[in-house]
Amino acid sequence: MTEFQIEVRVTPRRGILDPQGKAVGGALASLGFAGVSEARVGRLVTFHLRAASDEEARGQADAMCRQLLANPVTEDFDVRVQALAGSAP
Amino acid sequence: MKVGVVTFPGSNCDYDCHRAVQDGVEGAEAVYLWHKEHDLQGVDAVLLPGGFSYGDYLRCGAIAAHSPIMREVKAFADAGGPVAGICNGFQILCEAGLLPGALIRNRTLKFISRPAFLCVEQAEAPFTSAYAVGDVLTIPVAHGEGCYSADDATLDELEATGRVVFRYCDADGNVTAEANRNGSARGIAGIRNAAGNVLGLMPHPERAMDALLGSADGAGFFRSLAGHLAPT
Repeated sequence: MTEFQIEVRVTPRRGILDPQGKAVGGALASLGFAGVSEARVGRLVTFHLRAASDEEARGQADAMCRQLLANPVTEDFDVRVQALAGSAP
Repeated sequence: MKVGVVTFPGSNCDYDCHRAVQDGVEGAEAVYLWHKEHDLQGVDAVLLPGGFSYGDYLRCGAIAAHSPIMREVKAFADAGGPVAGICNGFQILCEAGLLPGALIRNRTLKFISRPAFLCVEQAEAPFTSAYAVGDVLTIPVAHGEGCYSADDATLDELEATGRVVFRYCDADGNVTAEANRNGSARGIAGIRNAAGNVLGLMPHPERAMDALLGSADGAGFFRSLAGHLAPT
């Protein structure tokens, strides 16, 4: 078994109203960052996961996203998997 | 009639719901159901109350939707048992997959706590038979994430099959953008499932039980349920 570092990025789906992103975009513009557009606010979930392989870790993390970490109605997710250094294969 | 009110950690309208059933409906008994239990205690209907279950962590209602009691609530709903979710309860029903769509952050980003006008679009058992279609109710809302959201196909289906039960409106019953303060898709304030036994709504009928406190328009919600469950 290998220990993996999992990062799940959850973002509001495109086309879904994201008032938080809009407010942040507006605040950045008022600070003078004139080039900002399409600001969106999501969340980052990280955890360690023990699994037999990269594929198994990714499969489990995908299932977690579909069941709990993201709401498929309004959110998209992206899973990043990285084996932790020093973890025995 | 025996109605179960589920208490999740962070529920704060459970007492109001309990009281609305107990005092608002003659002969009714309300019991609290703890979120960690698996026993619905033989209730005839289940209410998921408002509040901030699990601190609204992750998404409103997301964690409560997977709490132990929800397995029984889902089975009860699948068997046709009446289940209503109010505010956070509505969010939980959506997260549990018992109702379509999701409740996201209010368009204004502000928490909205005020009386709202609601237009009744379906006056049927088990929860709205005491009303008439077109009634305009005054019922308080109190939420930060009450913006109903679903894809167009889902919204079209909800409307085509008469599953939109309440919409935000003005005092005269007109569904307007101004009345829809949280930005809900098509002004939707409450929907039901295809079978009609599961209802979710953001406004709080249990807070509109006495004219002295602003409105008694919520009483019809509990009277409807009582009428539905009354032995014939």
